[in-house]
Order: sequence, then C-alpha cells, then structure tokens
Amino acid sequence: MDNQDFVNAILDAKEKQDYGLIAENIPYLKYLGLTVEPDEKVGMIFHIPENKKFTGNPVLPALHGGVVGAFMESAALIHLIINQEVERLPKIITFTTDYLRSARVTDLYAEAFITKPGRRVVNIRVRAWQEDRSKPVATANANFLVSE
Amino acid sequence: MSLPFDISQIQTIIDTGIPHCGDIGLKIEKLEADAVTMRLPYDTRFVGNPVTGVLHGGIITTLIDTASGMCVYAKKQAYLPIATLDLRIDYLKAATPGEDVLTRAECYRLSKQIAFVRAVAYHDDINDPIANSVSTFMLHSTKSKPLNKLEDKAG
Repeated sequence: MDNQDFVNAILDAKEKQDYGLIAENIPYLKYLGLTVEPDEKVGMIFHIPENKKFTGNPVLPALHGGVVGAFMESAALIHLIINQEVERLPKIITFTTDYLRSARVTDLYAEAFITKPGRRVVNIRVRAWQEDRSKPVATANANFLVSE
Repeated sequence: MSLPFDISQIQTIIDTGIPHCGDIGLKIEKLEADAVTMRLPYDTRFVGNPVTGVLHGGIITTLIDTASGMCVYAKKQAYLPIATLDLRIDYLKAATPGEDVLTRAECYRLSKQIAFVRAVAYHDDINDPIANSVSTFMLHSTKSKPLNKLEDKAG
C-alpha cells in the first residue's frame, strides 16, 4: 500500500462515515479490535472489546497499562484523522497517560477532544472509562505532528 | 521468595503470569541492580503505518510500561504489587520496520510509596534512541499476592 492508497482509504471512510475502514487498514488497531461508535454527547467514541490477551495483572484481574495507553493513543489518532484534513498519517510526538483507576478486563471506551488544532502540531486530550462514564480509568494528553 | 531473583524467573513470570506480555512475545535481555532491558520482537500485527511498516507507538508504550515496572521489581528485589501512576513518552524517531525494539528502564529513585523510572527505547544503540520515557509507579498498590507466588500456585 502506498501513501496515496492509504489517504484514499481514509477519504473513502470519511465520505461513507464508516470509520471502521480506517482501523481496518492499520494492523495494530485491528489487533486491538478498535471500533468507532456514534455518541450522543460528543459525536463519536472509541471502543475495544473485552479480551483476555490484554490482561496485565491476572490476580486483580486488570488490563495491561500499556494496552490502556495504546488504545488512548489510537483513539487520539483516529479522532484527529476524522476531524482534520490529512495528507498523510500524523506522527505522534509526545504521549502522557495518567492512570486513575485499575482497568478491569472488560470493554474499554474513550472520547477525544482536540484542544488545539494546528497546521503543524495538534494537541488532543483523551479520557477512557469502563462501565461508568463518570469514573474515568485514565486520561491522556497527546501531541501529533501533522505537517511534513 | 522460593526461587532466586533472576532472568529465567522473570521470563517465566512474563510468559505465564502476564498474558498480554506473553501474547506480544516480550523477552527479558538483561537484569541489573536497578534496571532491566527488554526486547519486543518485530511483528506485523503491531504495525501502525501500513505505508511504511513502522510499528505503532502504542506497542512501544506497552514495551516501555512493562520494562519500567520490571525495573522496580529489580530494584526492590521483590515482586510487590505496583501500578503505573503516570507515563510520558517522547517519540524521537520512527522505529525501523522489521527490526526488534529494545528498552532499558532504570528505577532512579524509590521512596516509601512511589518509584520513579526513566526508560529509553532503541534498536542497537542506546545512544540513538527511538523513544524516551519517564514514569511513576505506586508501590503496594493492592493487597494481592506477588507475581512469583502466583507462579508457584500455577506450577
């Protein structure tokens, strides 16, 4: 797949509003099983299903912190691709996660907000939760480079 | 602790006690008094850019988070329950497609309740890093059994 094919796949997904097509083209997002779902409050949210292979602590049991971070980084990236025009895949520059609660081995959701759009760098905040949306398990802050 | 604190015991814990690390194939390369070096074998499942084949930042996050936690065990010489409090990663350059990624994590300060860790991800040369990280961990985050006791039960 060359860059133009990839950009075309993204544009196609945006035109059809079928955002699963973006994750379909990125192997790691397929590995996570990441989906984009409509949401009344913020337009769209991100989801990864329960999967025992994401367990980091089998005693509690709890999700691996790396999976929680990786999911939030992926949510930020997809949110950015959908909400801003892209000519290539944005590059992650910094990513900071605050772990607020132990995440159980069950469905994980996230919402993302662009705090500062830009032609060169975009800042995005992400918030992840499980059963109770008012009790986040983690929050994150990401900076993406969007220009060449 | 029933077994000495060594590399093979840590690898067993990774393979059998931490399902996600077993699934992604993490290996322990080196154990020091306050640091560990871990290896993530390149795997097309973890590609983030289908155009270039470069690994997704998220899988590097998992490698760094795991190595950072492990170095706290090394420093304490015990598998106490710990939880990541926060983790910052600066992505300095893209990983080279097809190459394994290594991470050396060092616990540079241990207080009563918090461990402070820095980590560097690289291919061959730690002075030519892919990512740099700082993180903090809560010690004794739960009253659950240490990982090596779990392994005893399983074995």
